[in-house]
Amino acid sequence: MTTSRRTFLRLTAGGAVAAGLAACGTSGPQSSGTSTGGAAAGTGTTYWFLTGQPQQSIREAQVKRFNEANPDTQIKTTQFQNDAFKQKIKTAIGAGQGPTLIWGWGGGGLKSYVDANQVEDLTGFFGQNAELKNQIFPAAFGAGTVNGKIYAMPVEATTPIVLFYNKKAFEKIGAEPPQSWGDIMDLVPKFNDAKIAPFSLGGQSRWTNMMWLEFLYDRIGGSEVFQNIFDGKPDAWSDPSSLKALEEVQKLVKANGFIKGFSSITADSNADQALLYTGKAAMMLHGAWTYGGMKADGGDFVTGGHLGYMNFPPVDGGKGDPTSTVGNPAAYLSISSKASDQDKEVAKKFLAGNTLDAPSVDAWVGAGNIPVVKSAEAKLASVQDKNDAAWLKFVYDTSSKAKTFGQSWDQALSPTAAEALLDNIAKLFQLSISPQQFADSMNGVIGK
Amino acid sequence: MALPALAIFLLFGVVPLVGVLVLSFTRWDGLGAITPAGFANWRSVLSDPGLPHALWVTFEIMILSWLVQTPLSLLLGVFLAGRQRYRAMLAVVYFVPLLLSSAAIAITYKALLDPNFGLGAGLKIGFLTQDWLGRGDLALAVVIFVVSWQFIPFHSLIYQGGVRQIPTTMYEAASIDGAGRIRQFFSITVPQLKYTIITSSTLMVVGSLTFFDLIFVLTAGGPGDATRVLALDMYKRGFQANLMGPASVIAVLLVLIGLALALILRRLGGSATASQQEGA
Repeated sequence: MTTSRRTFLRLTAGGAVAAGLAACGTSGPQSSGTSTGGAAAGTGTTYWFLTGQPQQSIREAQVKRFNEANPDTQIKTTQFQNDAFKQKIKTAIGAGQGPTLIWGWGGGGLKSYVDANQVEDLTGFFGQNAELKNQIFPAAFGAGTVNGKIYAMPVEATTPIVLFYNKKAFEKIGAEPPQSWGDIMDLVPKFNDAKIAPFSLGGQSRWTNMMWLEFLYDRIGGSEVFQNIFDGKPDAWSDPSSLKALEEVQKLVKANGFIKGFSSITADSNADQALLYTGKAAMMLHGAWTYGGMKADGGDFVTGGHLGYMNFPPVDGGKGDPTSTVGNPAAYLSISSKASDQDKEVAKKFLAGNTLDAPSVDAWVGAGNIPVVKSAEAKLASVQDKNDAAWLKFVYDTSSKAKTFGQSWDQALSPTAAEALLDNIAKLFQLSISPQQFADSMNGVIGK
Repeated sequence: MALPALAIFLLFGVVPLVGVLVLSFTRWDGLGAITPAGFANWRSVLSDPGLPHALWVTFEIMILSWLVQTPLSLLLGVFLAGRQRYRAMLAVVYFVPLLLSSAAIAITYKALLDPNFGLGAGLKIGFLTQDWLGRGDLALAVVIFVVSWQFIPFHSLIYQGGVRQIPTTMYEAASIDGAGRIRQFFSITVPQLKYTIITSSTLMVVGSLTFFDLIFVLTAGGPGDATRVLALDMYKRGFQANLMGPASVIAVLLVLIGLALALILRRLGGSATASQQEGA
């Protein structure tokens, strides 16, 4: 335990960290402002990104290739865990100590950077690099565009949310994968009777629960229900389809559709994936990025062909298009507007030459991902492993044939609204608030 | 001698405090410009139903963890004050939890309590396979247990020192008068430890306002908001929801509550020995 004086310091430190950082904003490793631009030739270009395989090694290899090809202009990288990164990057950018290359998810977070004039307008850059722009999936630009201008380049892989299932668990109870929401509700008691949890869920991470609502909203009411929320229409959360979706998810919770203790499981530890491949749970709604992890950690689960997957099934009587999907259309790279001109040039060179180049596309495909470029389709034929080939074809089809590819809500909304959303979703899954209470409190943060 | 200390206190104590107070009257998302907001933040935080809840959880953890820690630390401290060699050995063992960081402790307990891959599931012990961190009441109990597990060694150490200061002649006199060990404990040890109890309680009570790391890693304030203490609420508003103004309001409230509690406890004990354990 702490002493009174240290307590005092810690009490105040939390709120004042940002102020403190702002105060020493000029002494950081990265020169801010153009006046110091030419001081240290090419030593100031920095790039922060996420850890976690296989993505991490691909990013490392991209920087390595760039640095070897450009010995005079080195890019320095710093790597963070997902949740730590989200906090750190925001604080650092606010304090003028952000990296030159800002990795992100686009959407509401990007908009807050744009509003604070922290990121470069890349519209002109794409005008000069029309060939590069035409290579990228057009739908991926949506979340990188604010007020009609492109502020972030779509890079890396497209990762829709997918309904994964364990084929062995279905064989055990003699059931077929669900074709509709009704089938899902019918499967729940069957799996529970066989002592298998119907769905794995890392509920403590909260955005994991959110994926359920994203699909139910889309399947029940169509993509315009969330579009209205995103557009800031008053009381958009009280839409009848919205309330119906919230009711359905609570029905699933009440029927013990999710694994016991889901509220204490985190996605960062990959325990939710482990539940699926160990057969403790039969199904899991999760991002396409979990394929690589399950392949690496799940023994013969993926390589032996025991992993099944499908797009989220339709809800009977729902208005949504069953081809639509949600998730992350791409990852996004922005350039800090506070970087020196020279660092900006280095960063642009990296964006143009090393993020979606042939070795990167190969690496993403090899790791079971569809990079956001059209050339990816041609690469699929060369994939040797038949499980990987089938998976990649599925992801490519899901992403490219989707009527709409909705961005994850917590990324699309502003950080303020997203935090309120995640908070209320956790309570909704705890059954501690009703759908109406959920809608009421979310209506309060619309447009914030 | 006092000058460097004063300078450091001003720089790291008073300056941030004033900064937070100023920020509490502004609107700031951590990125853009800081604009004045008058009393808007104060009004919104004070009328938010989340605030009384967070206050209640904070006080619940403060009081319950005090109730668990104090008797156990006192008894352990008295036990460890004996000069026997096996007690010195045990003291070293008891001290171990204090050497671990809160984050490491939280990650370990989280893994042990996992309902699917944890201790209970592994050893097939039914009682241990509860949904420890997934049910509000249990999660709160787990937090109090882990906090106690972590800090009882420290308070035992304080009590051990306190007990060793009590003159042995008092016990000898009591023995001659025919007082048994239990009678001696309540009539000599406890009254003599009055200031030690107050010091230890002050550390527990004020320190519990800053429980953050442990709860953040263990439950992240969940399930729902069952373990969302004030410090965590402040962090979530400031660094996850980008609302620095309201977060600063909570920071100011935390400072006021902490100061008030420390003053009350100090007054209870007079001025003699409070806060001797500075820097522990």
